[in-house]
Amino acid sequence: MILTKAQYEEIAQCLVSVPPTRQSLRKLKQRFPSQSQATLLSIFSQEYQKHIKRTHAKHHTSEAIESYYQRYLNGVVKNGAAPVLLDLANEVDYAPSLMARLILERFLQEHEETAPSKSVINSMLRDPSQIPDGVLANQVYQCIVNDCCYGPLVDCIKHAIGHEHEVLLRDLLLEKNLSFLDEDQLRAKGYDKTPDFILQVPVAVEGHIIHWIESKASFGDECSHHAYLHDQFWSYWNRFGPGLVIYWYGFIQELDCNRERGILLKACFPTNIVTLCHSLA
Amino acid sequence: MAAVLESLLREEVSVAAVVRWIARSTRGSEVTALTRPQDNPGEAAALSSLRPLRKEFVPFLLNFLREQSSRVLPQGPPTPAKAPGASAALPGRPGGPSRGSRGARSQLFPPTEAASTAAEAPLARRGGRRRGPGPARERGGRGLEEGVSGENLPGAGGRRLRGSGSPSRPSLTLSDPPNLSNLEEFPPVGSVPPGPAGTKPSRRINPTPVSEERSLSKPKTCFTSPPISCVPSSQPSALDTSPWGLGLPPGCGSLQEEREMLRKERSKQLQQSPTPTCPTPELGSPLPSRAGSLPDEPADPARVSSRQRLELVALVYSSCIAENLVPNLFLELFFVFQLLTARRMVTAKDSDPELSPGVLDSLESPLFQSIHDCVFFAVQVLECHFQVLSNLDKGTLKLLAENERLLCFSPALQGRLRAAYEGSVAKVSLAMPPSAQAVSFQPETDNRANFSSDRAFHTFKKQRDVFYEVLREWEDHHEEPGWDFEKGLGSRIRAMMGQLSAACSHSHFVRLFQKQLLQMCQSPGGAGGTVLGEAPDVLSMLGADKLGRLWRLQERLMAPQSSGGPCPPPTFPGCQGFFRDFILSASSFQFNQHLMDSLSLKIRELNGLALPQHEPSDEDGESDVDWQGERRQFAVVLLSLRLLAKFLGFVAFLPYRGPEPPPTGELQDSILALRSQVPPVLDVRTLLQRGLQARRAVLTVPWLVEFLSFADHVVPLLDYYRDIFILLLRLHRSLVLSQESEGKMCFLNKLLLLAVLGWLFQIPTVPEDLFFLEEGPSDAFEVDTVAPEHGLDAAPVVDQQLLYTCCPYIGELRKLLALWVSGSSGRSGGFMRKITPTTTTGLGAQPSQTSQGLQARLAQAFFHNQPPSLRRTVEFVAERIGSNCVKHIKATLVADLVRQAESLLQEQLVTQGEEGGDPAQLLEILCSQLCPHGAQALALGREFCQRKSPGAVRALLPEETPAAVLSSAENIAVGLATEKACAWLSANITALIRREVKAAVSRTLRAQGPEPAARGERRGCSRACEHHAPLPSHLISEIKDVLSLAVGPRDPDEGVSPEHLEQLLGQLGQTLRCRQFLCPPAEQHLAKCSVELASLLVADQIPILGPPAQYRLERGQARRLLHMLLSLWKEDFQGPVPLQLLLSPRNVGLLADTRPREWDLLLFLLRELVEKGLMGRMEIEACLGSLHQAQWPGDFAEELATLSNLFLAEPPLPEPQLRACELVQPNRGTVLAQS
Repeated sequence: MILTKAQYEEIAQCLVSVPPTRQSLRKLKQRFPSQSQATLLSIFSQEYQKHIKRTHAKHHTSEAIESYYQRYLNGVVKNGAAPVLLDLANEVDYAPSLMARLILERFLQEHEETAPSKSVINSMLRDPSQIPDGVLANQVYQCIVNDCCYGPLVDCIKHAIGHEHEVLLRDLLLEKNLSFLDEDQLRAKGYDKTPDFILQVPVAVEGHIIHWIESKASFGDECSHHAYLHDQFWSYWNRFGPGLVIYWYGFIQELDCNRERGILLKACFPTNIVTLCHSLA
Repeated sequence: MAAVLESLLREEVSVAAVVRWIARSTRGSEVTALTRPQDNPGEAAALSSLRPLRKEFVPFLLNFLREQSSRVLPQGPPTPAKAPGASAALPGRPGGPSRGSRGARSQLFPPTEAASTAAEAPLARRGGRRRGPGPARERGGRGLEEGVSGENLPGAGGRRLRGSGSPSRPSLTLSDPPNLSNLEEFPPVGSVPPGPAGTKPSRRINPTPVSEERSLSKPKTCFTSPPISCVPSSQPSALDTSPWGLGLPPGCGSLQEEREMLRKERSKQLQQSPTPTCPTPELGSPLPSRAGSLPDEPADPARVSSRQRLELVALVYSSCIAENLVPNLFLELFFVFQLLTARRMVTAKDSDPELSPGVLDSLESPLFQSIHDCVFFAVQVLECHFQVLSNLDKGTLKLLAENERLLCFSPALQGRLRAAYEGSVAKVSLAMPPSAQAVSFQPETDNRANFSSDRAFHTFKKQRDVFYEVLREWEDHHEEPGWDFEKGLGSRIRAMMGQLSAACSHSHFVRLFQKQLLQMCQSPGGAGGTVLGEAPDVLSMLGADKLGRLWRLQERLMAPQSSGGPCPPPTFPGCQGFFRDFILSASSFQFNQHLMDSLSLKIRELNGLALPQHEPSDEDGESDVDWQGERRQFAVVLLSLRLLAKFLGFVAFLPYRGPEPPPTGELQDSILALRSQVPPVLDVRTLLQRGLQARRAVLTVPWLVEFLSFADHVVPLLDYYRDIFILLLRLHRSLVLSQESEGKMCFLNKLLLLAVLGWLFQIPTVPEDLFFLEEGPSDAFEVDTVAPEHGLDAAPVVDQQLLYTCCPYIGELRKLLALWVSGSSGRSGGFMRKITPTTTTGLGAQPSQTSQGLQARLAQAFFHNQPPSLRRTVEFVAERIGSNCVKHIKATLVADLVRQAESLLQEQLVTQGEEGGDPAQLLEILCSQLCPHGAQALALGREFCQRKSPGAVRALLPEETPAAVLSSAENIAVGLATEKACAWLSANITALIRREVKAAVSRTLRAQGPEPAARGERRGCSRACEHHAPLPSHLISEIKDVLSLAVGPRDPDEGVSPEHLEQLLGQLGQTLRCRQFLCPPAEQHLAKCSVELASLLVADQIPILGPPAQYRLERGQARRLLHMLLSLWKEDFQGPVPLQLLLSPRNVGLLADTRPREWDLLLFLLRELVEKGLMGRMEIEACLGSLHQAQWPGDFAEELATLSNLFLAEPPLPEPQLRACELVQPNRGTVLAQS
């Protein structure tokens, strides 16, 4: 699903200030029926994360936290079974999971002698049963299962998707008889930067030499692509030469501009792979 | 001096005698090809009186020729030259335009007056002829590399040296001028405008007005026309049909104006940047507006004015060139080519044709009275140097052979050139210019084990990325106008260098820097040579022919501009500029020191490399194929050396170079005293001496020249370097091209050395008097040839490609000819050629260092009488097998030990419990158990080498190798390989095992942490599985949706169908059974979600789609689903399932919200859990017990207690208990009914 920048922006336009709920997703799918759901979800998720990054700070002022906490307390006093926390998050345009974390932190500060460690918080978010307050546990759980962009469950889904595509890619490489070293093998050898796969014998795709392949189970938008270029792709190039990035959920066409420089983008496993023929002589 | 020339012209002495006379001063009485061995006593007498002036003859002659030609060559590319003193200039001689001090720089062979004299000269005595600035700039450009410093100060331009300055004190101060400006010896000729003595015409010059009518003088027609019949007098060729014979008077107003404007423009540029980037405009700046206004003069052999005199001078001149008495062979050729392609005389009155053809006997009449004379002279000289010409590249030969003037004046030479062209294979071509490629990451040198700490490792990781980021940015921007390296990248580079705190990190970075330098810059343009490995071959195998064609096209389009005249300054073309600027911007003394260390080491290594040597005996068998590879190998080594040496010279002399003029007097003495204390960065003198002794000058000298070209002004005055220059001078004199014999240096090797040395002698920092030193005879040099029979010098290792790559300025010759053809100076680019070396990996095996003792001596003896390829093969095999052996031991023995360590560790962990113990202590225990096993490594290694080496040797040697030779070779290979492997293993095996075990321990301990259960044996999917199960991510996502629906909030129309739930659980089963895509975290989350789902089922919280009446799940359906879940937990999950969550207060609390509360499903579930062995009774009891501690509504707590009691009271039997449970709670009548 390769989109032009214009197409991408049309979609992104519809996502401004949309809460990350399953209802929003459903509407988005209706609005762009021709796009794949995975692509839409990926774009949605990325756009939403960008939005949260921009507004993150204002929710973390002590005044804001205090006011959220008071609203939460007032809300649950009135009705502990109502979706107090979720509504609050949606109302102030913040991710429910992050709001849950915020309130949980604040709650623990009040009820424990020592400030809660990050790992304790994370563990409680993963398993709200550990939260000492039953009402808060339910509220937190509700936030987490209703958030489609943040939270431990979403993180796990993203991780699983990434893993699945790596496996998929590995299978395709095996099927094509291309021998490779995977990330674990590379790490064991002490490589400091490890793409998903390094081909032991380079191949050519559309006339470009490929030494390594990186699988990205997301949509390649400008922001994430530039971050990846800086943190990963150029680093791979710096060590292993030119390579291929597969954005399984598509990318913005205009970003595929470093082909000559040694970074090729594809939205699927390439079909025409030219391999080195030993029998030419 | 003029007296010598005059007596020569009067035929009082013979040319041979003169040359002998000159040469004797430097070469003893050696006889050369151009001279005859008889010495006429009369001649000797005539010459002996002039003895004191002998050494000044050559500079005089060169200056004389330049002077004489000044009116012919006002335009076109300049002939820069640098020869001191011995001016042929006469006071106020016509054609000697004055110039400013900067102009004096461009003076060919400056007279001996102090610079100030020239500087005071009227700036524009003859305005139209003034051409100071252009040349000055070029000359200044040579002064120093752009960006290095502003050494091209105008003052430097005025520097002049006496040709024969006393060798013992080579100071930069001016010695007394000899009486060269003597009016008796140099009587003025013609009308003499008054002016200071000794001002000189500049050879460098001047825009060439473009002639558009060049189409008329297409040289090709010459080729098709009969070669001889069309010759002399009746030569109304295409040229003569034009009315240009007269030639426009030069210096017409508008041209003057333009020159003036150009001069101003250039001086402005000079002021703006003290570092003129490229002197090309000198050559290439066409003035289109003048196009066609100044046509070429045709040349006619019949109109040559004084043949005999010209022949004589040409012969003397040629002899001087042949004897290497001139500093720069190619510069002289360039000058001759200029004469050949001169377009017209400048001053009409001087080109007076009727000026008596009989006036032979003196220097009073100009030597070149017309274009005809020039061309005649040039052709005469060229005839003497056919051998050099025939070794130029094919393109130059073609242009020469097609030159119509040459055809007219010497059809014979033209014929030979044409034949040489047709037979030439010296196509010098530009190779593929791929963009930069990175140095690959090599675990052996780059992984964590090579760093002192994690921090250093990670810092270097970041630095590598920053380095390439900077490099990419440079690639993108450096050609943009206004982009500045320092401004754009300087601070980032320094920030990066600042992080390199540890010395070890510096060495890592320097290694990266140096490798990248070698990868990107081996060819002069800096573009090629990036893929030094096998990549080009790979591409050709890939059928990338199209790619090649594309590159060739690109080459045409992007052909580099002129290299800056025949004597360009040392520059950093292309990518080299990046590395230079990087060094300058980094301005880190640690970095520079490490870089110098590393460069020196690499230079030593490459310089000492055992390169193939020529063996006549071998030629039948291993012929061309071998030689091609070996030549290529030589080229790669040589180019690498030159590049490294250039950078070494740059960095080493960097602190001493500055814009200020070279010191003089006392200051200089104190600087000399100080500098002579400093040991050289690399002992180049010894390397040179050894190189000469071992007859490897062809390898050593070219890189040494690169190194020296960056020396500062003081360097040549230091004794140490002075010795080097003297050695180089002697070498230069000894390289007489016409002397060829078996075992001596090959022609092209000599040509390369002459070219690079000639270039070096033109570098501004090299004192001008150095060349004409009257040092001791060169015998001293010849003596120390206790050399090997066949040194590298005697091997044909240099070809035209390499020659032109090392000396792109030779290409200026071709450019000059092409300029003549095109009739325009616009086509100045495109002729520079460069090659891309195709491999560095083939540097060959290092000879084994370890061979000692009798066996080793025997082995040496064995190789002595075998072809060297045998030795190379054996050494190669030994090296590779030895290295493979170590790798093999790592992969087998060490890997086994690591596995043992892992299982031992597991045992330890089990016995010591979860805590494990102190990792360091664990490691010690393991190592003490395992390291002794390392002793096996030697035996295994020996066995490996024994097994592998013979086969490899056999495969690589010719089939016909005699059996005895073969088996000896095999044995030696086995021995060497074993030696190498065992030496390494015995020294390192313990450390290696330790390191690997340590890594394994930390790996295991890390894996230990978060998910102990994940370590258990995992079942894969069955063999028949086609991996079509739904993806885990999809399932988590689906279940999450159900959970969110159940937890709410939800729209009234939202819900799930029981079928969907059932399907979901079915899919979950499939996914769990096909483990292809499942990763542990996903499984964990699936497990947790399934437990949550069960709790929601138990609490009847799942909103069911359908008619409103059926808003709740049927009990039977709920049980079925719970059964499915129980089976999944029991059978399919391989990781732990957090079943205790079923009894967490939160999940049990879900029941509290339901009215009426229904406990039966929970009880059912608990029972099933126990029955299936998923949870123990005790465990459930504990959970139930802790539930009582939570805060519950009163009635709920009561019911919970009842449930708890019920569960505890029940004997562990299935069906009846359930019913009993239901019966005991009659108030929950619905429960019974529904079950």
